[in-house]
Amino acid sequence: MNPSPTSASQTAAAVRSKARSALSVVEEHLAVIGQSEEEICAFNIVTADKARSRAAQIDAQIAQGHNPGPLAGVPVAIKDNLCTKGIPTTCSSRILEGWEPPYDATAVELLCGAGAVIIGKTNMDEFAMGSSTENSAFRPTRNPQDTSKVPGGSSGGSAAAVAAGFAPIALGTDTGGSIRQPAALCGVVGVKPTYGRVSRYGLIAFASSLDQIGPFANTVADAALVTDVIAQFDSRDSTSISQPVADVLPTLDHGVAGVRIGVIKELGGKGIAPDVAARCDQAIGALESAGAKVGQASVPSAGYGLSAYYLIAPAEASSNLARFDGVRYGLRVDAKSTPEMNIATRSAGFGEEVKRRIMLGTYALSSGYYDAYYAKAQKVRTLIIADFAKAWEDFDLLLSPTSPTTAFSLGERTADPMAMYMSDVCTVPVNLTGQAAMSVPYGCGQDGLPVGVQILAPALGEPLMFRAAAVLEASLG
Amino acid sequence: MSQERITKHECAHVAALARLRLTDDELDRFSTQLGELLDHVAEVESLDIDDLPATQHPFGISNLLRADEPAQTLDRDQVLAQAPHIENGQFRVPPVLGEAS
Amino acid sequence: MSQQGLESTGDGVAAEAEWETVIGLEVHAELATQTKLFSASPNRFGGEPNTHIDPVSLGLPGALPVLNQKAVELAIRVGLALNCTVQPSVFARKNYFYPDMPKNFQTSQYDRPINTDGWLELASGKRVGIERAHLEEDTGKTTHIGGGGRIHEAGYSLVDYNRAGVPLIEIVGRPELRSAEEARQYVSELRGILVAVGASDGKMEEGSLRVDCNVSVRPVGSETLGTRCEIKNVNSLRSMARAITYEANRQIKLLSNGEPVVQQTRHWDESDGRTHALRSKEEDYDYRYFPEPDLLPLEPSLDWVEQIRQALPPLPRDRRSKLAELLPSANAASVAVVVERGMDTLVTDAIGAGGVAQRVHNHVVHNLADGVGCLLADALAELTQMEEAKELTSTQAKKVLEALVAEGGAPRQLATGMGFEAMAVEQLEALLDELLATYPAEWQRFCDGDAKLTGFFVGQAMKSTQGKADGKALTQLLNSRRSS
Repeated sequence: MNPSPTSASQTAAAVRSKARSALSVVEEHLAVIGQSEEEICAFNIVTADKARSRAAQIDAQIAQGHNPGPLAGVPVAIKDNLCTKGIPTTCSSRILEGWEPPYDATAVELLCGAGAVIIGKTNMDEFAMGSSTENSAFRPTRNPQDTSKVPGGSSGGSAAAVAAGFAPIALGTDTGGSIRQPAALCGVVGVKPTYGRVSRYGLIAFASSLDQIGPFANTVADAALVTDVIAQFDSRDSTSISQPVADVLPTLDHGVAGVRIGVIKELGGKGIAPDVAARCDQAIGALESAGAKVGQASVPSAGYGLSAYYLIAPAEASSNLARFDGVRYGLRVDAKSTPEMNIATRSAGFGEEVKRRIMLGTYALSSGYYDAYYAKAQKVRTLIIADFAKAWEDFDLLLSPTSPTTAFSLGERTADPMAMYMSDVCTVPVNLTGQAAMSVPYGCGQDGLPVGVQILAPALGEPLMFRAAAVLEASLG
Repeated sequence: MSQERITKHECAHVAALARLRLTDDELDRFSTQLGELLDHVAEVESLDIDDLPATQHPFGISNLLRADEPAQTLDRDQVLAQAPHIENGQFRVPPVLGEAS
Repeated sequence: MSQQGLESTGDGVAAEAEWETVIGLEVHAELATQTKLFSASPNRFGGEPNTHIDPVSLGLPGALPVLNQKAVELAIRVGLALNCTVQPSVFARKNYFYPDMPKNFQTSQYDRPINTDGWLELASGKRVGIERAHLEEDTGKTTHIGGGGRIHEAGYSLVDYNRAGVPLIEIVGRPELRSAEEARQYVSELRGILVAVGASDGKMEEGSLRVDCNVSVRPVGSETLGTRCEIKNVNSLRSMARAITYEANRQIKLLSNGEPVVQQTRHWDESDGRTHALRSKEEDYDYRYFPEPDLLPLEPSLDWVEQIRQALPPLPRDRRSKLAELLPSANAASVAVVVERGMDTLVTDAIGAGGVAQRVHNHVVHNLADGVGCLLADALAELTQMEEAKELTSTQAKKVLEALVAEGGAPRQLATGMGFEAMAVEQLEALLDELLATYPAEWQRFCDGDAKLTGFFVGQAMKSTQGKADGKALTQLLNSRRSS
């Protein structure tokens, strides 16, 4: 692979100063895509022509003395569950194949408003349900570091696109780790901002109370830049946070001297591959060298996160995905009555994992089981929030591995849903609590594949979280 | 234990609620897999948390209200162009009340 | 009120049994907002199909709901007017598949409704409990094509989402009504309240007010409720009353024959005057309610609720008693009609402007059933004065009133235009000359100060002109001749 030598911010600066044209930047990335996309399969669609004309438009703006914004001319890859006006948006599902949204997701609108150029829509596990991108209805994406391995998921296409140099930045979505885990497996930076920081308007919902949009980038600084652009209050999302929050970029190089960092006991040790654990220890050492006070933190209920997650997320999904019924858009398989048509359409249009989760969620909400499953899981959520609140009394940031292992082989876990679900054990708790977290690449495992370290921050704690990430990045040289 | 968590019959009922048709193979597989998963999540059953409130949202915020002002509507033709079957500006569907199996 | 069993079926079985009908009504009213409950496309009746749509009301992937403040305010108004407790509430998803429901779940309120536990007083003085009044979104409309529009025989259906997402308030009354007539009074009173507080236009014909009737019967004296059936598709107060009566009799007949009533939803058919069972697969319904994660809990501040309470307009009950004071001789029912029609302000203002109370009231009750149009209170007042002065016959007054409703204006000019008005001044002068010549003695007494004779002369003038003379103008003429 041949990642782009310059960062997004450098590219934007060069475009704004006319040192480079936006069009040439796009052409350069299209060339990289042309070389290796066939093997990686990061995209569901590459919007080459639209990208060229958009780049030409940006060059024209600059020629007229306008500033297109901090991402001027920077190509971005967008996960295919984010609505893009006039560009097919499929969630990597047969049921939405060919659908063109009549509107842009807010996050997409903000990126474009900052001068970014959409270069394509990325592959994903169908409806974001999965941890390997093998659940795409179209084809699996491969890990650019080793194409026999999965890129992680569900935002595997976005992670792979950045890792392969197809685009310096990408957007993904994270419901139980779907940004952080593929970022770790592909060796890039991935951020799940605080729930409510980035508007979900235009994000095709998997689990509404857990979903959050965030960036992938090759550098912490690029991820910070994108976070500052997309983390805005949006009156179209009722769960959007309205209070003003400090930008991340201005304090990025402030270091971690005196910052209290806790290593989460319950998310280490058992179940974590030794080489992954070793890299985490090195990261801890680097933070200590930078002046952080590192200790052991305990979040006793964190281990229950996976169970709560696998009740709450499918329950919400079962309801969110009810609208795919063959009536208004997307696939229809005809039948002699509307109920039969709904059944035929959904049975043909959804893949096995989506069906499995709809089944689980429908069951968890159904009469007689609601209290035992869904309501109980929401209480577990309260418990985990309370345990984290205690940990925040002693620590400013928390740390854990992002994924228990490095990238696994294609097909390795597809037959065993439980094994696949376990990939999310370290990332899921933060989705339940709504806090911010990010994965930073920190060297490789014994297999030579990337390892990611997860930094967790309390709600709205992004600025400090990014400072620690910058310290880790710098410590690798 | 897994077999008792969710029977094939229950599985079929849940599929009907969700408007899915599962083959016999799928029913077998799903009832086993869902049973295993439910066995795993059963760990939360032992937690004594009945007195805790349920968390609906991670943060206790409330009340985002919108002013009652009309905005641009969607273009009908654009919307209908995406529909599987239309007639006279409407979405056409097969008879609504047929037997759903 | 009890009903004699089988009175209407007349086959004599168990004719002795006394049955009591128990009715609980669920009323859905569309709230009079500009936009939908969760999105900004217009809340407007009619329109080309699928033109009042947006990503939210079409259930497009990625769309998110944002609650309409006005809808909340109107719901609180209704709650307060129904003496409910207004409380923090939570929206929930009610999950079931139907093509006119774009998301295949309805966003409604379930275990935490915005208004709970109130009451409504019927015109008769009886209080009926209100269990709850909650906010929810309306569905779109499905039209069944072929099979004569009947749902079971349709060849296919067409779906229009203009109505999808329109804000509704569902008012659930307790089963405390005992007759079709009480049910009629209840809906009529409720409609009056909804209209008075500006929450809804209350039009049953346009479907902005919809009533589902839960009907059961039980032997008089029994404390337990019988098995109920829910009747849908009643489109007017009249058909509601018919449907309830039919359904109660149907159930009485079943029970009298020793057959059970099956709990089910039944459809009222206006054309054959019967209720019909809808396909009864009720056991398949499992709505899987859970809190709507895309919306936050709704917690209206106490200040806001208090502000709304302070700004509530007078309710029908208060307006009736106020009007009854102005119309001491009118009966309660005809006073209620005026308030029901929202014309009590007109009556009050017309009487305040010198109108003749009883005549004003009569016009409103008998001649303004279709609305007031362009009629103003002052004009109505003047019209009744003209009638009182016998300047217009009642037939003429009705014609003038019609014109006032249609185009407004001044009654006297309209009457002249219709040739009803008395006479021009020259004609009046000539008439007066004639009268003075015929009655010189009376004229002399009048000139000497006997004011009573004004009436004599006016009366004579009316007599000779069949009431076309303007009494007021004639009096002025008499006075000016005397002083000249």
